[in-house]
Amino acid sequence: MKTEVPVIIAFIAGMLMIVSLFSPHPIFAEPAAVMRNWAIIITAFAYVLGVANIARISAAAVRTRGRDWRYKIVLLISLGAMLAAGLAGGIQGGSVFDWGYNNVMVPMQSTMFSLLAFFIASAAFRAFRARSVEATLLLVTAVIVMLGRVPVGESIWSGLPAFTEWIMEVPNMAAKRGIMIGAALGAISTGLKMILGLERSYLGSDK
Amino acid sequence: MSEAVEKKSMIAKLSQVDRRLIYLIVLICATVPLLVGARVELSVSPPVRGLYDAVDELPPGSYVYLAADYDPGSLPEMYPMNIAFVEHMFSKDIKIIAASLWAPGPPLSQRVFDDIAPRYGKVYGEDYVNLGFKEGREAVMVSIAEDLRATFPEDYFGTPYDEIPMLEGIGNLTDMSLIVNVSAGYPGIKEWVQQVATRYGVPVGGGVTAVSGPEMYPYIQSGQLVGLLAGMKGAGEYEQILNKPGLGLAGMAAQSSVHVAVIVFIVLANVFYFIERRKRY
Repeated sequence: MKTEVPVIIAFIAGMLMIVSLFSPHPIFAEPAAVMRNWAIIITAFAYVLGVANIARISAAAVRTRGRDWRYKIVLLISLGAMLAAGLAGGIQGGSVFDWGYNNVMVPMQSTMFSLLAFFIASAAFRAFRARSVEATLLLVTAVIVMLGRVPVGESIWSGLPAFTEWIMEVPNMAAKRGIMIGAALGAISTGLKMILGLERSYLGSDK
Repeated sequence: MSEAVEKKSMIAKLSQVDRRLIYLIVLICATVPLLVGARVELSVSPPVRGLYDAVDELPPGSYVYLAADYDPGSLPEMYPMNIAFVEHMFSKDIKIIAASLWAPGPPLSQRVFDDIAPRYGKVYGEDYVNLGFKEGREAVMVSIAEDLRATFPEDYFGTPYDEIPMLEGIGNLTDMSLIVNVSAGYPGIKEWVQQVATRYGVPVGGGVTAVSGPEMYPYIQSGQLVGLLAGMKGAGEYEQILNKPGLGLAGMAAQSSVHVAVIVFIVLANVFYFIERRKRY
């Protein structure tokens, strides 16, 4: 019973969504719309669970003086402050929450992202070696595409941007398309196995 | 012999140069072009031209759904695109319905509107609206396509849907002439194509980070994307066609010099590698 009921629910839900894709009839479309709303609500609750979980783990780390516990204090204070600001004054433009977002979160996240430029340059110098034919091919292609994507490449050779586009549209696309079709077939087969009850790992067991 | 040892050690030293020196060179390459205000000319690639044409051909009064699916982490690449799209749409008197499937998206979207709308005399609620954020990923995309009002009963500022003048008569995504997605990852432009473009027949285009660009080319060739901006270069190209130089073109000079620096690093590292290898064997 513990297995059969969830498998039956998964079968009905899965089949309903597939059928609603092909038939706009209200008998399928309306329950499908209701189920989409359920999905939206459940996903939204995942945020609540996520916040509760991170607060619990961080509080435990602070209590036990675990790894990086000082940073977790900052996390908990920030979490509490933004939560309180949002609940008390709203999240719209001009609010305290909005000020915190624009003046703390935006610069910090942008800084983290911009650090990539430094790490990529360092990693390229240390690790990007022509050790084999494949690595050489990758290296040469990377250099061509990098040059072709910036104006200096065009000033070296006017045909470089067009050649870069060719690399993107022919060899790159052939590989990408192969990967995408393979992944899509895999997703379809996994979906079908779940709908038909052959794949039950989502029940929390490998049986 | 000692000369050979000295040479070898010098090459070895060079190949293991302090990473802080690399960081310093990258810092100089990135900041100097920005400080001196260097400008570059770009050739416009077909995917960028495709999206520009798709927006440009829309008649005044058309509705575009602008999905701001990005966060501050991808701001340097995505924000210039968002600005360029809004500038173009406002200049064509196109009405914009903005929303986001990323929680940090709506304030960024609103910041673009606040900066640009006054310049074109556009009024919130009449010419553009920000519907805010809704969690639910692909389920929300389909929900928007089916019933926009039910998905966003109120806008980012808490105004009920029915009290927003420009939304009168707008029921779902099929009332839009185009979906433009500023997409930094999942859920993003690929999901808009998979869930909405093909299923509901609404054309989709947009911008992605440079690293995601190659993944989107199959969708351009198949016609499922009307056009695509990849990274800051895409934004710069769009600004160039618009003839409104902005953050994209300004950043391209810095990006150019950093690319050249990285290429020089790669070439030098390989020269050192081959010299060491030849000595070893």
